[in-house]
Amino acid sequence: MTGPELVCPAGTPASLRTAVDAGADAVYCGFRNATNARNFSGLNFTTDELKTSVAYAHDQGTRVLLALNTFPPGGKFDLWRKAIDDGVALGVDAMIVADIGVANHIKQHYPDQRLHLSVQAGAPSVEAIKFYCEEFGIKRVVLPRILTIPEITALQQEIDCEIECFIFGNHGLMAEGRCSLTNYATGLSTNMDGVCSPADRVKYEEDTARNLTTRLGDFTIDCFTCDQSPGYPTICKGRYAAAPQPDGYYAFEEPLSLNLARLLPDLIAAGVNAFKIEGRQRSRAYIKSVVSAWRKAIDDTLAGRQPAVDHLLSLTEGHKQTEGAYASKRWK
Amino acid sequence: MLITPPRPLLHRLGRHAAARVASLAPFLSRLPPVPLAPLQPILNRLLHHILQRRPELANRLGDRIDSLFMIDATNLPMVLLLRINPAQPLLMAAHRHHCPEADAKVTGELLMLMDMVDGRLDGDALFFNRELAISGDTEAVVCLRNALDDLEGSILDDIADFFGMPGRHALKIMRRYRTTDVEVD
Repeated sequence: MTGPELVCPAGTPASLRTAVDAGADAVYCGFRNATNARNFSGLNFTTDELKTSVAYAHDQGTRVLLALNTFPPGGKFDLWRKAIDDGVALGVDAMIVADIGVANHIKQHYPDQRLHLSVQAGAPSVEAIKFYCEEFGIKRVVLPRILTIPEITALQQEIDCEIECFIFGNHGLMAEGRCSLTNYATGLSTNMDGVCSPADRVKYEEDTARNLTTRLGDFTIDCFTCDQSPGYPTICKGRYAAAPQPDGYYAFEEPLSLNLARLLPDLIAAGVNAFKIEGRQRSRAYIKSVVSAWRKAIDDTLAGRQPAVDHLLSLTEGHKQTEGAYASKRWK
Repeated sequence: MLITPPRPLLHRLGRHAAARVASLAPFLSRLPPVPLAPLQPILNRLLHHILQRRPELANRLGDRIDSLFMIDATNLPMVLLLRINPAQPLLMAAHRHHCPEADAKVTGELLMLMDMVDGRLDGDALFFNRELAISGDTEAVVCLRNALDDLEGSILDDIADFFGMPGRHALKIMRRYRTTDVEVD
């Protein structure tokens, strides 16, 4: 039985090969520059690396989706233009876009290139998704993580494109594509420079009692005792002291990870076409463990068996899992 | 929301292997200061051997190519200092409390660091589990992690090959500790 596509992250050529070998139906990746929203140090692909990686994936029947999901600042479009040209020349199966200028450029110059709408576009409504489909020929929307399954079901019946949902990994801030916290703290933009908490502004300081302090720029994000599990050094996952709660509290959200294993049957019934795993910044060890586990989970679900991926908990941020808004709007 | 207690990755070592590793740690940490000077020519040749086999290692370091890393395997009686720049490579053993200042430091147990370098354990997960600590220049550490993670095959095999048959045998024994017990896949 053919089920939803398993879409997996790849931050390096080795990770891409690992994801392909572990059972990914598609992998998503980006160039080593600001054209994608994981523009992290030492990560991503040169044009030559992507060429050999696309060939490897296609030989195994795996599709390659190129993330071009940042918003070009004025006067800097050349970088995105070159990335688009290179992606087309390399034969990527789809481009994941967020910016209307990028989407329009691809539609005008490469009308046959398949386009997916990135979660960074933050399009949660029928009206917004239809606009992208009608104007730019979007074939698939990656939904922001703010919708319940009944809402996805209703949405699916009114739009003319495929639906992709995140099912596992880092659980980002709800206003996706609009976050300016890194920009406020460092002057660099997640949405335009592709960097959330750039590593050169991150500091970890551990004292002799193994208490760990994490900082981004001039801001202290959190302090962990030796028995506490730290998360990523992002402003949105920090604990902050304020007058009502002087001991500190999660002002935005807790460090936790999305895990929708229990909801897979409902998501399939809702008409979701593709399941996405977050984590292009993670290692090939993580990719191998997570992709093979979700490959099995999806296959088990389609075969009517209960999927089991709780053993991945020790790999996750915060060691806590959530079903987020998919299960309830009251999630925390 | 599903919440279950984390199970640190090293606790996944099977009972017997964990006991064997644990029995080594106090012994290794109590070793008297090792005379390090005789090691240096070997380390020089080893790094030269690695950089010849793995020229791509430098590619992902970007402008952190000159960074000096301290690798602190906590159950060894010394630390290693590493600079990968092929123009000025350095691999040097130093006493933990008497060594030059590095740009970045990576701290963890030896077998765990080996498994991470070998692409079998995820550095972020080890960090979340407090089994891996980093300090200093975070970007340099991230670049090094990504550079090592993108290597085809195992750099530990390259190191073992440098030492010939004894090296390959030693690596085989060390891998036996984990391949029979670690459940990372």
